[in-house]
Amino acid sequence: MSDNGKANLLNSRLMKLVIVGHVDHGKSTLVGRLMSDTDSLPTGKLDFVKDICKRQGKEFEFAFLLDALEEEQDQGITIDTSQIFFNTKKRRYVIIDAPGHKEFLKNMVTGAANAESALLLIDAYEGVQEQSRRHGYILKLLGLTQVAVVINKMDLVNYDPDVYYNIKSEYTKFLDSMGIEAREFIPVSAKLGINIAKSSEEIPWYKGPSVLSMLDKFTEKQPPTHLPFRFPVQDVYKFDDRRIISGRVESGTVNVGDQIVFSPSNKIGVINSMEAWSVENQPIKAKASQSIGFTLKEQIFVERGDVATLKSELPIVSTTFDVNIFWMGKRHLEKGITYKLKLTTQEVLCEIVEFKKVVDASTLETLQGQEFLAKNDVAEVTLRTVTPVVFDLFGSVPTTGRFVLVDEYDVCGGGIITTYTPNKTDRLRDEVRHRDFHWLKSDIKLEERAYRNGHQSTLILIVGPSGVGKAKLAKHLERKLFELNYQSYLLDGRNVALGVSADIESEQKKQEGEVLRRFGEVAKLFLDAGHVVISTSNVFNQEDHTDLRVLVEPCQVVEIFVTDAEELNKNCDIKLSIEEAEKENEAANTVYNYLKNKKILTGHNYSI
Amino acid sequence: MDHLDELENQSIFIMREAYKNFKNLAMLWSIGKDSTVLVWLARKAFFGHCPIPLVHIDTTYKIPAMIKYRDEFAKKWGLNLVVGKNEKALAEGMNHEQGRLVCCEALKTMGLHAVMEQEGYTGLILGIRRDEEGTRAKERYFSPRDKNFEWNFKDQPPELWDQFKTSFTPDTHIRIHPILHWTELNVWEYIHREKIPIIDLYLSNSEGKRYRSLGCAPCTFPIDSKAKNVAEIIEELKQITSAERSGRAQDQENTYAMQKLRARGYM
Repeated sequence: MSDNGKANLLNSRLMKLVIVGHVDHGKSTLVGRLMSDTDSLPTGKLDFVKDICKRQGKEFEFAFLLDALEEEQDQGITIDTSQIFFNTKKRRYVIIDAPGHKEFLKNMVTGAANAESALLLIDAYEGVQEQSRRHGYILKLLGLTQVAVVINKMDLVNYDPDVYYNIKSEYTKFLDSMGIEAREFIPVSAKLGINIAKSSEEIPWYKGPSVLSMLDKFTEKQPPTHLPFRFPVQDVYKFDDRRIISGRVESGTVNVGDQIVFSPSNKIGVINSMEAWSVENQPIKAKASQSIGFTLKEQIFVERGDVATLKSELPIVSTTFDVNIFWMGKRHLEKGITYKLKLTTQEVLCEIVEFKKVVDASTLETLQGQEFLAKNDVAEVTLRTVTPVVFDLFGSVPTTGRFVLVDEYDVCGGGIITTYTPNKTDRLRDEVRHRDFHWLKSDIKLEERAYRNGHQSTLILIVGPSGVGKAKLAKHLERKLFELNYQSYLLDGRNVALGVSADIESEQKKQEGEVLRRFGEVAKLFLDAGHVVISTSNVFNQEDHTDLRVLVEPCQVVEIFVTDAEELNKNCDIKLSIEEAEKENEAANTVYNYLKNKKILTGHNYSI
Repeated sequence: MDHLDELENQSIFIMREAYKNFKNLAMLWSIGKDSTVLVWLARKAFFGHCPIPLVHIDTTYKIPAMIKYRDEFAKKWGLNLVVGKNEKALAEGMNHEQGRLVCCEALKTMGLHAVMEQEGYTGLILGIRRDEEGTRAKERYFSPRDKNFEWNFKDQPPELWDQFKTSFTPDTHIRIHPILHWTELNVWEYIHREKIPIIDLYLSNSEGKRYRSLGCAPCTFPIDSKAKNVAEIIEELKQITSAERSGRAQDQENTYAMQKLRARGYM
């Protein structure tokens, strides 16, 4: 083709293609061959590499064109993903050559996660091997389904159609079991250039496309503009008088003037303007994959990790969900260890609740009863996070349905969220969402009340076994804060039960949490009025405290635990021994100092 | 959205991730086209502001016009410029005649080392790209360096779904590469579209030569070119088949020059 044709292509976008497969099945050779056959090598590169080979006494291989690291050439295996560029008549490509050695799975994942189409190589002579299956599985988990299989080294089996059809049949069965349909099975010899750039006479029985013409049939991945609008907040900037909420639209579209809801806080705002620097016209709309910034009409507190959506297309907010996960960590994934989960811009701590199914990804064999996940394997597990996460199922909105797990300092696992069954707390959270949407808001903001009162609205729970002096401490604390001009109020669970919940008698209702729900809603009213609410809620068990926190969000909850026991629950903010709690003056001082340190008691700027 | 928008959006996302995750962050500005595009992208990401200090490693052997350009635009764009030098090595007379790789490491790598230590940076944004040369092709967007600045290219963090390595042990730092996925041509197309003022060393001079890649005067050689403006550079690059860094002497020093330099902390 003329250079003019090439020049026109250069202005277009790159198709991102990954080449995966078992070690030594010829990935780097294929890439080197593609570059060479499409005239994509820089001048002198081929001679440069040939020269090195000669000096080092090695036979030239196309793979050396890619393997930039000394170690890779010495060992003859690709260690890390490499990216190179080439053009066909139709378009430009960046090829990601991913290592096929089991040890380098994380590098393969890195390559494949950034691709929009894949070639999976199988050696005709060796047939389907461990990484052929593992890589197939990983492609599926990464959501990469535009796949063609290349059966390489056909020259070693004398271009025997039986070899080809056997591999095709075996691997098709495997792909079927995962719901992937390969676009094509292409018999080639990368080393000899058979069926790479064009169809070859050596394989007359194969009527399908060559590798290059297959590549040109792949379609470019489009940003998911047709899905619900999802905008995870990345940061909030105040470099000048604008308060700009910044982030990337992960899916859908949004316009200036749209009313948006931030989850999990349920705050609502209207987009006032979209901001941009050095553009001819200020944007008025944005769509998936754009990194944007906007201002809101309202002054509401929004932070990184909040997810903006439209009210009509709310995401899921929960702490418990089922996932498919692959593991790349040196240590096993296990129960009882806390991991950091990163999903869009959210970061929360989590742990494994249940191993539902652990799979050896190289054989697809289920590892019965195995209660851990080893490096390079995959599993179905239930995860529980410490604080709620905003997400979608991977099947409905992929970009907000996938996450990574961090063990200590390293990203060790990746996963997709497959199912979610709402529990009691999730239902409560939905109720709260409904309540917050329809709440008739006072013109006086919570911050204004906090400024006047000299403190934030806070719920203080004094918990522990009965008879340890909780009630006495509560009264003392209420008095102390009151005398310092703070709006303290003792709200005992019994007081709510006597009046508001007088109609509840049956045990069943108590178990369903109706008593607690009502207590939480009453507390919410006092908190909305700006008070420090003190309660000795020993009628409620620990799980109920999670529900209480859901009900009174965004107000803070401080838990004081009176006990001599060693073990502490995770939410405990202050621990007092029974002896310490009995000295109510000192105990109240301890709490007072804690509240000051946490800037819950900020002091009066306003003279009463 | 065209391909430049796509590249720009991804780079802005990375830039903002860096800014959010690193308290003590700096950006390396070599005055070359790539890092100047980075400065531009920062101003896009932060709505006209560049809240990240710019570090320039002065080897004292840079082409003089580069220093003039640096000072002019630092002032014009209100940039916070931090200049780093390996004073000790310079006092001892370090130059390329003692070996190009030795000199690069002393004046650039160690010069950078010194300024990072002095300022306590834990994150450093750089304008390297995968299509420049082989070892850069294997880089990550967020790439850790240990306390000796060393890059363990055999054990790099996985990078998927734009979740980057943002937690790390003390004594290490992270190199952040927002335009890793751009090509040389993309950089020029973007400069053209955005009308970014670029140093004129890149344009053909009266002798029919221009620099394709900028560095120290003794080790950087211009190419023959008629390209007198950015549009002409773009046309020229579409036809060219030589490598971008072929005019950079240190790259050609020996077979694995770049791997050796970069493993020890070179940009």
